[in-house]
Amino acid sequence: MIQTGTEVPDFTLRREDGSAFTPADLEGRRTVLVFYPYAFSPVCTDQLQLYEEVREELAAQGATLVAVSCDATYSQAAFRRSLGVSIEQLSDFEPKGATCRAFGVYHDAGMPERALVLVGPDRVVEWSWIGEHPGVLPGANLIFDALAARPA
Amino acid sequence: MADSGSAPAVPPDPGSAPAVPDPGSAPAVPPDLRSAPAPRVDPAVDHVRGPAAAPLVVLYADFECPHCAALHARLHALALRICFRHFPVRASHPRAWPAAQAAEAAALQGRFWEMHDALFADPARLEDPHLWERARALGLDVERFDADRRSDAVVARVRTDFHGGVRAGVVTTPTAFRAASGGALEPIDREGLLALGA
Repeated sequence: MIQTGTEVPDFTLRREDGSAFTPADLEGRRTVLVFYPYAFSPVCTDQLQLYEEVREELAAQGATLVAVSCDATYSQAAFRRSLGVSIEQLSDFEPKGATCRAFGVYHDAGMPERALVLVGPDRVVEWSWIGEHPGVLPGANLIFDALAARPA
Repeated sequence: MADSGSAPAVPPDPGSAPAVPDPGSAPAVPPDLRSAPAPRVDPAVDHVRGPAAAPLVVLYADFECPHCAALHARLHALALRICFRHFPVRASHPRAWPAAQAAEAAALQGRFWEMHDALFADPARLEDPHLWERARALGLDVERFDADRRSDAVVARVRTDFHGGVRAGVVTTPTAFRAASGGALEPIDREGLLALGA
């Protein structure tokens, strides 16, 4: 798991439209990377729908959510529409899991661990969380704790 | 609830505020959503019913959640004092917010639990005409009900419940807590809840 205080590694994820999302896209804003195992799996559904409900409260604290999985972009887009959420989806499909491995959150089952990484506008990791197992759903309160505790 | 097939009790008012608040209208002071214990039951604010001597439990639930409705059906047979708090997640249940607001609007006319029961009795019928029909069946002032359910105060009331749940780590519904001696709330799972009231 990537350590707090370190700069994020180089990576390339794909947006729903196929364009690249790289560390440069993290600059100038505070981002919460939400690594989730599989599109359409039950816990991932609950998690993204819960976070959607507090999206404005997170935005008021200057934080933007993005969701990362190893699903293909078409699957992620269908998942997002099915859930009725607006959280941007980023695909780590090919080479599969390369970004997850770089962040130390790749699970042997061929999916991301359930993990959260808070990245500051300078690309430096401010906080991270990883579940004991992928079935553990982190409450939104943990993200607000991290935002409140970050260095001024 | 039987479908009367009649016209809605209250015609839609195109000029009225939306039942669900505009998500772009964030409050000026961001709410504090850091981890905190679930708020203790306050009878002056919370909705509480059941025998005073029975164990007190708090349920975070929403009226469109099938697991909540199933638990509600079981709770009737249990000796528990229940405190109901709203935890609507609109992406999951699009009518959960309007239903929660309807219950709070009924509460302003002293009929929270009647509306609560009427909502859980027929969770597939939560559109506006269904809410008006329930209000009428309960003998509420329907025009006042319809204004109240869209009011900022009612939205804030529901959101206060939701935020308290978020701070306590609630992630899904239904989620239950039991009041320990002294009033502090402790998480309790479904089996524990059913055993507590048996």
